[in-house]
Parts: sequence; C-alpha cells; structure tokens
Amino acid sequence: MKRLLVIGLLGLAMPAAAAGAGDVQLGYHLFGQYCVACHGVAGSGIAPGRRRLAPSLQGVGALAADFYLRTGYMPLQHVGMQPHRKRVFFDENQLQGLIAYVASLGPGPKVPKPHPERGNLSEGLHLFTENCAGCHQVVAEGGYVTGALPPPLKEATPTQIAEAIRIGPYVMPHFSTKALSPSQVNSIVRYVEYAKHPDDRGGWAIGHVGPIPEGLVTWFLGMTVLVGLCIVLGRRLRHG
Amino acid sequence: MGRAKDALVAGLLLLARKRKRRLWPGQRERLVPPAADNPGSELLAALLFLAAAACAVAFIVVYVLDRLPAHNQLLGLSIGLACLFVAAGLIVTAKRLIVTEELEDDYPAAEHRDEQETIVQLVADTGFSRRRFLKLGLLAAGGALTAAILTPIASLGPAIDMARFYATPWRRGRRLVDEHGRPYKASDIEEKTLYTAFAEGSDKEQLGSAVVIVRLPKNRLNLPAGNSGYAADGIVAYSKICTHAGCAISLYRYPLFQPSEPTPALVCPCHYSTFDPAAGGKVTFGPAGRKLPMLPLKIAPNGELRAGGNFDSAVGPSWWGVRSKRPT
Repeated sequence: MKRLLVIGLLGLAMPAAAAGAGDVQLGYHLFGQYCVACHGVAGSGIAPGRRRLAPSLQGVGALAADFYLRTGYMPLQHVGMQPHRKRVFFDENQLQGLIAYVASLGPGPKVPKPHPERGNLSEGLHLFTENCAGCHQVVAEGGYVTGALPPPLKEATPTQIAEAIRIGPYVMPHFSTKALSPSQVNSIVRYVEYAKHPDDRGGWAIGHVGPIPEGLVTWFLGMTVLVGLCIVLGRRLRHG
Repeated sequence: MGRAKDALVAGLLLLARKRKRRLWPGQRERLVPPAADNPGSELLAALLFLAAAACAVAFIVVYVLDRLPAHNQLLGLSIGLACLFVAAGLIVTAKRLIVTEELEDDYPAAEHRDEQETIVQLVADTGFSRRRFLKLGLLAAGGALTAAILTPIASLGPAIDMARFYATPWRRGRRLVDEHGRPYKASDIEEKTLYTAFAEGSDKEQLGSAVVIVRLPKNRLNLPAGNSGYAADGIVAYSKICTHAGCAISLYRYPLFQPSEPTPALVCPCHYSTFDPAAGGKVTFGPAGRKLPMLPLKIAPNGELRAGGNFDSAVGPSWWGVRSKRPT
C-alpha cells in the first residue's frame, strides 16, 4: 500500500522528456523501488519525511548514475557508510533504464568515453603521482586517508576511472575538465591500466605496497637465513 | 693427425694412471699423518663444485639467450646458486678433507736477557706505559664518538641560528603561481579540489614557499578570530608542509555529500595528520602538535590571487620554541 502511494506520488513528478537508449519507464519504476527512500522523489535529495539522507541527483547526469550503479556502489546498504565495490545489483536492461531515468532528471554530463590508447604513459604517471597517488598509492593499490579507505583500482574500468575523476566519489576531490582535460584523463587511464600489470623486473612484487613489506622480507626472511647460515658455519666439526 | 691422436691418448693415460707416491729429492717426510680415506666426502665436494660449475654455465646460457620469461630471476638464481655451491664445497673440503693438527711449541728461552732488561728500563724511565696509552686511546675514541652522536641534538633547539627557520618568501602582494610559474586567478580555484602554489620568484624547494589552496563555501568557513580576513571569497591557503614531520600535504578529503560524510580536511600522507581548512588549519586528527600555518589572501583587481602578508605561524616541522616568533 505504502509503495503504491510512493509510486503514485512519483507519477506526479515523472519528467515528460526522456533521453538516452534505456527504458526510462523501467528506470522510473526501479527508482521508486530502490532509490527513492534516500534520494527522494525525482532525485530531489529530500527523502520522504523531509530528511536529507543522500545527495540530489538532479543534474548529476548519466555519468554519475553509470559509475555508481556499474561499480555496485549503489544501492547502499545503509546511509552514511562508504560505498564499496560490490556485485552489480541490476541486470543490463535495468541499468540502462535507471541511468536513462537519472539522466532525465536534469541536464548533466554524459558517460565519458576515455581513449587510453591516445594517452601518454609518462604523462599519465606524472599526473597520477601528482593528483592521485597521495591516496591511491603510485601503483593504484589503494590506501588510507583519515575517515575513508581509498579503493585499489585493479577492477576499475577505463570508463569508471574517467567518471570517478569527474565525480569525486565519497571523500575524493573532484577534478573538472579545467583541472584535468579529457586528454590528460586519457593519459591517467592509460597509466592505471599499465599499473594493473606492472613490469616487475625484480620478480616478487610483495603486493606493490612499498617499503614496509620489503623491509619485513629483508629482516625476517633474509636475516633469518643469514643467521641460520652463521650458526651452521660456526658449529664445531663433529668427527664421526 | 696421427701424431695429435697419439699425444691425446698418451695424455689421457698419464692422467688416468695410478700414481705411486714417491718422495722427490729433497722432500721431507710428512709431519701430519695422512688423513683417513674419505671417499664419500671427496665425492660430495666434487659434486658440489661441479654443480657450481653447471650453475655458472647456466648463467652464461641464460645471458646469451637473453629473451626468456623471468629472465632477471633466472640470472640471479643461477649465479646465486653457483656461489652457494662453491661455498658449500669449500665448507665440506675444509671440514672433512683438509688434515688439521694442533701443534704446540714452548716459548724459546730469552736470548739477550740483558739487552731486553735495558730496554724495559728505558721505557719505564720515560714514563710511557702501554696500559696508560691504551686507556688514553679508548677514552679519546669513546669521548669523540659520544660527542659526534650527541652533536645533532643541537638541531632540536634554538641554540645557534633560528632566523632562517622563520624566513619565508611571502610578502604582502606577492602572487601565487603554479609549478610552471603561471599566476593563479581566483576564478581558477574550484571547490572540492586542492591546488599547490608557490611564492612568485621563490625557490620552490624552500620550505616556506609551497602552499595549498582550497575553496570552501563561504558559509562553511569558521576561522578563529586571529585569522579573520585571511580568506578571500571563500579561498584559503595553508603551508603545504606538515607541522609534524615536514611531509608535503597532498591529500584533500572533500565529501560529496556533507551531511553524512567526513568533513573537508587536508591530510598528510606520512602519518595522517588531519587539518581542518575551514577552521584556520586546526589539527583534528594525528600526531601534528600545532595548526597548519595559514597564509592571508587578497584578490587583486585583475582577479589574481596575492598574499595579504606572511603566514600566521612558523612553517615546517616543529622545534623547541617554534611558537616564540612570527615568520619573517
């Protein structure tokens, strides 16, 4: 009964114009079922009961919807938690419908199409080091920042990397086209794709997370072997 | 051809024939009795040396083949194993095969007793004593080493010249430029992201030069009384150098949705000192002991960002007496 009421209310706010390839009608119904409790009627950001639980989706465009739904970030289990990569909740048809519906809520950016093959790897490393490595680590293994966990980028697709740069999900800073041009984004994506399978000349990468595991290996493995060798060498010869 | 073959066969026969032990003319009888026959250990040592040789050859082969999967690892493995086998072979040889015997000899009787006594007397007369000399040397080495280890403590306190720690290149009206020297305009600065700027014409390596700029919604600024007027149109600038250990602050936490996510913060990646840019750089988390130095900003008539003066406190990691003076 309650759901019916919500859907009825939604009907009043249903935007007339719809854009995109997805089935906006399907998206509208799914939105009513899974999203409206936090994002509010027509993504206004005002949840039922006039509570502000989640950001407004008017004007975020297909870009944000594509990112949050295809990474499994949304639907979120409970309000306020950091979204994590999960199994994608909707099938492809439902995804397209929802993305088209969110895009129809207000004029917003489209899903970007990065071209890592046009990017420059060394420029990408430079930009990534400057703008991203502080949190995500230089080989994109993820890290820590007070209050949040920057995720590793191993599973991020080129499109998702380009989207995240523009959105700044959770506590990540956002980068406008003025701060990072689309061609610079191409380079960053190319670098992240490279960092997924870096050329480990030394062999064992120990998780690519830098000096702490390397030190542990040196001290606990290397030193144990050396001390053991010393003991063996120093043992007095036993005749027999 | 025939002669070469004969020579080869003769050589092989020479090598293979069982040699009879014979004393060369002038050779003495041996002092140490010959070791008990130990064919097992001999074989082991020989095998170890052969294994070392095989590994060394493998290194050459890998090197020549060049394009193998895990090429570097194979190179390291082969040369490493070769060294290991040589060492093992030498250990076996030393411990099992080489004959050892401890011989003791008595000290010979003193030959020139009188002369020796004279020399001892001479040394005693000069007052020189070996023991005293040793003590003196130990004392000098120990004292000097201790002094050398303790000297850097001087860097902790305002013992010598502290003036340069307070010096920064910022003056009223100095422009904020990016790493390529282009001046920042107020309109370049967007919310939700962080910019690094330097004092125009300064050495970028100087601790006091680098600042971070962020723009916050004006109604969210909550600057303490001492910093009122430091922000320009919601834009604030802080020293990029963390007050804890002097790392560069490169993390900017900016929530996408303010009501339910952590507040905006500048975070140092080294030890996660966290500073509130809306509250004058107050420490909200982590080991930093004092706030981030804030730089007053002004917007020039042409829209460029300029410094409104110097930092409100000394930049860089803290030291004794860091709060005693304002930066110059």
